[in-house]
Amino acid sequence: MATTRDWLLADSPTSRFQARMGRAYRVTVALLHNPLATVGLAIVLLLIATAIFAPLLAPYSPIGQDLPNRLKPPSAAHWMGTDELGRDIYSRVIYGSRITLMIVLLVAVISAPIGLVVGAVSGYFGGWIDRILMGITDVFLSMPKLILALAFVAALGPGVENAIIAIAITAWPAYARIARAETLTFRNSEFIAAVQMQGAASARIIFSHILPLCTSSMIIRVTLDMAGIILTAAGLGFIGLGAQPPLPEWGAMISRGRTFILDQWWVATMPGFAIIIVSLGFCFLGDGLRDVLDPRQGENS
Amino acid sequence: MTAPLLDIDKLTVSFPTPYGRVEVVKGVSFTLGRERLGIVGESGSGKSMTGRSILKLIRPPGEVTANRLTFSGIDILSQSEKQMRAIRGARISMVMQDPKFSLNPVMTIGAQIAEALVAHTKLPRREIARRSRDMLEAVRIDDPDRVMRLYPHEVSGGMGQRVMIAMMLVPEPDLLIADEPTSALDVSIQAQVLDIMDELVRNKGMGLILISHDLELVSRYCDRILVMNAGEIVEECVASELSAASHPYTRGLIAAMPHMDETREILPTLDRSQWEAT
Amino acid sequence: MSFEPQDQTRAMPTAAEVGAAARRKRTNRVLMAIGGFIVTVALTFLGLLAITFFIGRVVPIDPVLSVVGDRATPEVYEAAKKAMGLDQPLVIQFVAYVADIVQGNFGMSVSTGRPVIDDLARFFPATLEMATIGIIIGIVLGVPMGVYAASRQGTWLDQIIRVFGLLGYSVPAFWLGLVGLAVFYARLRLVGGPGRLDIFFDGLIQPVTGLILVDSLLAGEPEIFFNAISHLILPASVLGFFSLAYIARMTRSFMLDQLSQEFVTTARVKGVSERIVIWRHAFRPILVPLVTVIGLSYAGLLEGSVMIETVFSWPGIGNYLTTALLNADMNAVLGATLVIGSVFIFINKISDVLYRVLDPRAR
Repeated sequence: MATTRDWLLADSPTSRFQARMGRAYRVTVALLHNPLATVGLAIVLLLIATAIFAPLLAPYSPIGQDLPNRLKPPSAAHWMGTDELGRDIYSRVIYGSRITLMIVLLVAVISAPIGLVVGAVSGYFGGWIDRILMGITDVFLSMPKLILALAFVAALGPGVENAIIAIAITAWPAYARIARAETLTFRNSEFIAAVQMQGAASARIIFSHILPLCTSSMIIRVTLDMAGIILTAAGLGFIGLGAQPPLPEWGAMISRGRTFILDQWWVATMPGFAIIIVSLGFCFLGDGLRDVLDPRQGENS
Repeated sequence: MTAPLLDIDKLTVSFPTPYGRVEVVKGVSFTLGRERLGIVGESGSGKSMTGRSILKLIRPPGEVTANRLTFSGIDILSQSEKQMRAIRGARISMVMQDPKFSLNPVMTIGAQIAEALVAHTKLPRREIARRSRDMLEAVRIDDPDRVMRLYPHEVSGGMGQRVMIAMMLVPEPDLLIADEPTSALDVSIQAQVLDIMDELVRNKGMGLILISHDLELVSRYCDRILVMNAGEIVEECVASELSAASHPYTRGLIAAMPHMDETREILPTLDRSQWEAT
Repeated sequence: MSFEPQDQTRAMPTAAEVGAAARRKRTNRVLMAIGGFIVTVALTFLGLLAITFFIGRVVPIDPVLSVVGDRATPEVYEAAKKAMGLDQPLVIQFVAYVADIVQGNFGMSVSTGRPVIDDLARFFPATLEMATIGIIIGIVLGVPMGVYAASRQGTWLDQIIRVFGLLGYSVPAFWLGLVGLAVFYARLRLVGGPGRLDIFFDGLIQPVTGLILVDSLLAGEPEIFFNAISHLILPASVLGFFSLAYIARMTRSFMLDQLSQEFVTTARVKGVSERIVIWRHAFRPILVPLVTVIGLSYAGLLEGSVMIETVFSWPGIGNYLTTALLNADMNAVLGATLVIGSVFIFINKISDVLYRVLDPRAR
């Protein structure tokens, strides 16, 4: 397939599609040169695949109880053992990946665009708008994210949806800061001035020209934040304010296993390993993306 | 004749890149006695790397190999870090380009000069202070006591470079490597600083390697000249016979320099196809 | 101040006057910096109050219910409703709320039946004690690890320390606490169990500062002191793990910056020993940003203690918060949020200012 590769790496692409594909290819190749980033990418893809194919991968039902078999240690029949209701932990962990993925994706989908738009608007217009928006952002950024999320969930009530909203509320300010910093770097460049002189409306300038340029730093930041989001969601689940039973959310599973930690350690530790692996995966991937897409910051990591 | 100060045969320095291993110095060979040698070349010719490999400053992933790299009979390549530390400063020193960056901004000048002595001798503090002061006087800094208490950012560039020279010569090494010592200085100061360095080197009977991109400068202050291009030595000649250089690269460089009584309308440019350059 | 008539013939200011003017200018600058700091902190605090007010009054469907609990009698409900002034416009409510908070009135806790502020004062020292030991562990281990990793960049040891740093972002604190308890307490019997002291010692010493380590020494009871340490060491170490991961990562990053500076090469050329090169030349300039990092880490530990205290039954503010959450005790929740949030803001802003004041490049 030498010709496809040549097409992707062509110095003068003839269409935007070719240019985009070429860039994606180069980024992926550079990423794969980094062993940790490759591991991270593999883990993330594994997470997605597990979530999608959960029914095919899980040997048992995640909520089916089997009381005679409760609290059995890991064995050939139950790779991760069973919990206090006899449910297979391995299957629950697999189905839990769906919840984790859903939380992570929804938080990203909600908070990143909000932060992006707020930051871009703030950076583009400057003046009072900038000061007010950044004032609000700074106030949020100075506060402990976990505590705020807890307080919001307290008011909204327990449940996955409320947990997602609460986490998203605390996550958007960081993205606003980044988007604003990015916008400021090319706010006064000539191509923006050119579009302004063509009579483009501010909204169009922001959406068509500024936002696309902020994407790479946003992607890096979002990926790096994923670990924190997973941990916060697990924390909420652990306290009992996230996903409610019998949903196999990993944090909640650790909480249930707490009472048996001394003798039936697997109930609480297995979901923890899942959390660690997935978070590490996102961290590796994020670091790798940063090295590839933003070499300025990459040298010292 | 005593053993040469430096005896280098087929020195090679390479670095790994995403595109494979790249050699920045390719099989460089030369000897040096107690004389002044100039190494001239453009950026990327490998001249700085050559200087640094003599001091074994190149760390992994860079790789230094050679048939022979000896200083005063000592095989540099087989020296351990600890042994090199005894050589650096005490027997070979290096003056670097920009005192703004090469001097520690949060240490006083006096402390930095003293450190060079403390690392190699066990002299009492008063003796060290005396020698530091004498050295500052030797580089023609008036009021050395006051200057010793100053910080590097509080002195001018020319003075900072003279401090650098003092710092590197105070332990009385046998060989001084000067890596672009005046490239960061005003033209009017360059000659002053080089005169000082030249005088000191000659008075102490040291060897000097002057690395520069300035052919004119090197021909004035050196006995012999090596011209480097793309990691290789392309010309080796006595400074006074520079105009008789044979390699097209050197001839091209000489031809491109304007003279005081220039009559040509257009200066010639280098035609790199005349030799194998990267 | 005497009024001397100005001598109109004096053209140039004297050296003394120039010095005095410079001193005044510097004093003015410091005063302005302090003033700016106070204003920023006040505004951010106000923002925090706005958020907690919003969470308490606007978000819940019935804010009165969230304050009095669903088991309250109709009389209590009506009294609370009047006290909260819910019929007033929102802005007036907010002003009244701020006035209350500033006077220390955080409301009553539904679960403990006491004023929230009293509860907070009782529980805060426990968290402080744990977080302080945690940060000490983080500094003592994290800084050398970071320096070591930077000086051996690229080696497998460096890679291990880097992954270790990433683990600090990937491991759930509560999980690590649980595992630690299971291994070090239940299996190995190396440390004390949940709680600050063995039940045997409970209530034996007068709480002077609330910090058992200090109080036990003041009371001259070394046995209690060591018992407290055996209980503290595991939760503080878990916190210390996260602190150490962060501090090591940042130290490594700063050191890598410094080690690539020219003056470090100069020091090596002089033949200075590697130890002096690393600590006197490379490390010393990073002390200031490192202090900022440590401050931020400390603030993060206060936040992280929320999760750990539940696991270790530690009577601190984090445990108070989570218990209040489960009891839907809004006054307690918001009170704890305010305290933790305020300390967080304060430490963050101080670190900010400290960095700008101490950084020689900004001077």
